[in-house]
Amino acid sequence: MINTSEILETLRMIDSEKLDVRTITMGISLLDCATDDPAELSRRVYDKITKKAQHLVAVGEQIEREFGVPIVNKRISVTPIALITGAVPDPLPIARALDRAAQETGVNFIGGYSALVQKGMTRADRALIASLPEALSTTGRLCGSVNVASTRAGIDMDAVRLCGEAIVKAAQRSADQDALACAKLVVFANAVEDNPFMAGAFHGPGEGDAAINVGVSGPGVVKRALEQVKGAPFDVVAETIKKTAFRVTRVGQLVAQEASRRLDVPFGIVDLSLAPTPQVGDSVAHILEEMGLEVCGTHGSTAALALLNDAVKKGGVMASSHVGGLSGAFIPLSEDIGMIHAAECGALTLEKLEAMTCVCSVGLDMIAVPGDTPAETLSAIIADEAAIGMINNKTTAVRIIPVPGKGVGDSVEFGGLLGRAPIIPVKQFSSKAFIERGGRIPAPLSSLRN
Amino acid sequence: MDKQKKAVVTVLGFDRKGIIAQVSRVLYESDVNILDISQTIVSGLFNMVMLVDITSPSCGFEELAHELDSLGERLGVQIRIQRHEIFEAMYQV
Repeated sequence: MINTSEILETLRMIDSEKLDVRTITMGISLLDCATDDPAELSRRVYDKITKKAQHLVAVGEQIEREFGVPIVNKRISVTPIALITGAVPDPLPIARALDRAAQETGVNFIGGYSALVQKGMTRADRALIASLPEALSTTGRLCGSVNVASTRAGIDMDAVRLCGEAIVKAAQRSADQDALACAKLVVFANAVEDNPFMAGAFHGPGEGDAAINVGVSGPGVVKRALEQVKGAPFDVVAETIKKTAFRVTRVGQLVAQEASRRLDVPFGIVDLSLAPTPQVGDSVAHILEEMGLEVCGTHGSTAALALLNDAVKKGGVMASSHVGGLSGAFIPLSEDIGMIHAAECGALTLEKLEAMTCVCSVGLDMIAVPGDTPAETLSAIIADEAAIGMINNKTTAVRIIPVPGKGVGDSVEFGGLLGRAPIIPVKQFSSKAFIERGGRIPAPLSSLRN
Repeated sequence: MDKQKKAVVTVLGFDRKGIIAQVSRVLYESDVNILDISQTIVSGLFNMVMLVDITSPSCGFEELAHELDSLGERLGVQIRIQRHEIFEAMYQV
């Protein structure tokens, strides 16, 4: 029998420490929709998604009520669209079909308007990347991603250049919404096939027909646990985080199994990422500060984040039968109240964020930069991040937003989970000639593991 | 026969007469059996945890949750019902 104090502790975690399941994401394969008839392709995509995910939102809400744990998002990820548009001239109608399917099923985001181009680009990949600005600025719920690098394949610098240009165009096309389209585009290295988190979720080609992937959360719970061990050595800090992560992950595992059973879709993975929200009491930065840093971003932040990230995995891995996705702490700037404050007071800079991405998931996430940042500079930022991922055999990503008409000192409000971002400076020195070279950065020695 | 389905009912709020009586009545009317009760009052704050059996086919979880919600509103306390598995998952290996 569970004792009363454990029950009350759980209620406190849910009520005041924002314990929640961040997302139930249903991955759906669209490989069987491929055809060379554009209208038929759109129809098949729409029909398959709306049929498979018909009950997703209702079941999510049902589980939420029965277990008393908030499930913040219900989402869909699909096969990277460039894999099914090889025989049609234009992927844009599929973007609209996906957006309509998301509206019909009631999910808040659908991910997978994506291309995997780490080694090279097909005609369909190029068409998809070229269509990203229009696709993301004229739809509401669609998210896109491009995988430009991997440890095995190296970095596709032609794709890196195209992504920088696509980000600038997406910003211009959604200038009236402060470049919101860019918040729905992630450029990856070593992208994972079963990530449940947006904007980078897609249902990889190695996946089955459908899967339920769940992302847990709980920065507030971890912070509260650390408040109980003030001044204790790091051994104690790590143990405390592990225990907390175990509990949080068990909730995710339970929800994932229930959702899988009720929807009759196989359980995929639980993603152990610690995902913040802009709400007070739900911040990863505040965990680092609880460890003894005056402000997140000061010296010691990388070490603190490394410990946090590792302890979350160690605690979580035993709590779930299948762990996957990104599984690491997220440090999205605009979505974390502590990160926002740290950037505003100058403690957190792009360089420090880049260093922190070496030890956590995922990368430079939700970073707002001046609107006049050249495409080549954005591409070079992507190349740096991709290099970190490639060499260290980890996922890295860039979700960067050059906000038209705004500069350093301004800030931009996206609202909801996307939060608010102060514009942070980028280097004023050019990377143009570097990006214009194109070609591929060869795979590193560490790729030769056989 | 189905496996026994259990839920935890928690009541938090200022103490007043009849809280247990009225919560029990709602449970009884939904054909729910009370398995265990623990209750404390700390500085006037009423705090009750009940373990209940909701296996009966005449017990609809959603209706029961709704009934308890509106009872909570009438009594000025917070009443919650959650499936037992959530606590088991978090505290048992």
